[in-house]
Amino acid sequence: MTTKTIANLSVEVTDEGYLKDVSAWNKEIAIAIAKEEGIELTDKHFEVIEFIRNKVAAGEGLTIRGIGKSGVVDAKTFYQLFPGAPLKKATKIAGVSKPVSCI
Amino acid sequence: MENEKKYPLKKILMICSKGNLEDVYAALVMANGAVMEGIETKLFFTFFGLDAITKKTMNKLHTATVGNPAMRMPGGLPFPTLLGVLPGVEAGVSKMMKKGMEKLDMPPVDEFLELIEAGGGEIFACKLAADMFNLKKEDFHETVKAIITVGDLYAMCDGLGTQIVFT
Repeated sequence: MTTKTIANLSVEVTDEGYLKDVSAWNKEIAIAIAKEEGIELTDKHFEVIEFIRNKVAAGEGLTIRGIGKSGVVDAKTFYQLFPGAPLKKATKIAGVSKPVSCI
Repeated sequence: MENEKKYPLKKILMICSKGNLEDVYAALVMANGAVMEGIETKLFFTFFGLDAITKKTMNKLHTATVGNPAMRMPGGLPFPTLLGVLPGVEAGVSKMMKKGMEKLDMPPVDEFLELIEAGGGEIFACKLAADMFNLKKEDFHETVKAIITVGDLYAMCDGLGTQIVFT
């Protein structure tokens, strides 16, 4: 675990760059992490991020299928919004812990 | 071992040759997992694996209740082979398996293929097996991109970091 300065704030992150504390997150941090991942955040991104944060706050698991059925985005759009590894990138930007899901 | 250079997996070709529920799902989970990690993924179905992409059969796959030594009763006791031959038992067991998978958010076969396609994965059918079972492009699910030969498959293995997995 290390301390990192993101968007002028000192936050604790895991070795892979996930925020240690969900409550330390704010929109500026999201924008800064997204930039590191090469993603420019739009309103649609933030809708997905909000969905992810609500899901995690409710203690529910995250899967790409679940996000694709959320009504916020379909799976294809989710892949387009967070290219490469969408679930990993979206959760990192959303400031929640790395998902342990296989599907 | 400090200087050991790593070569991450960049492309994977999954070959599914069996039509049992569990073998098909193993291939689907592996392929979808690769797509999720941003690995270029090609999924290739051959022989009885074609059942997984044939519209008529894809959502009716079974797990074998006969000749399957890992089969257990719900309490964990061994599953008697003679019970497995009774009509409806295999269908019932398969239904239970599917119910358990749905609980884990594992989608039905057609939806799983759509999920893989949505992430940029590509799905192919084997020409030789399709000819053998007399199946045409229109018999296959719409996510099937093409019917290809073994040569076509090997031609997709270009580039460093490519692996083939056969199930």
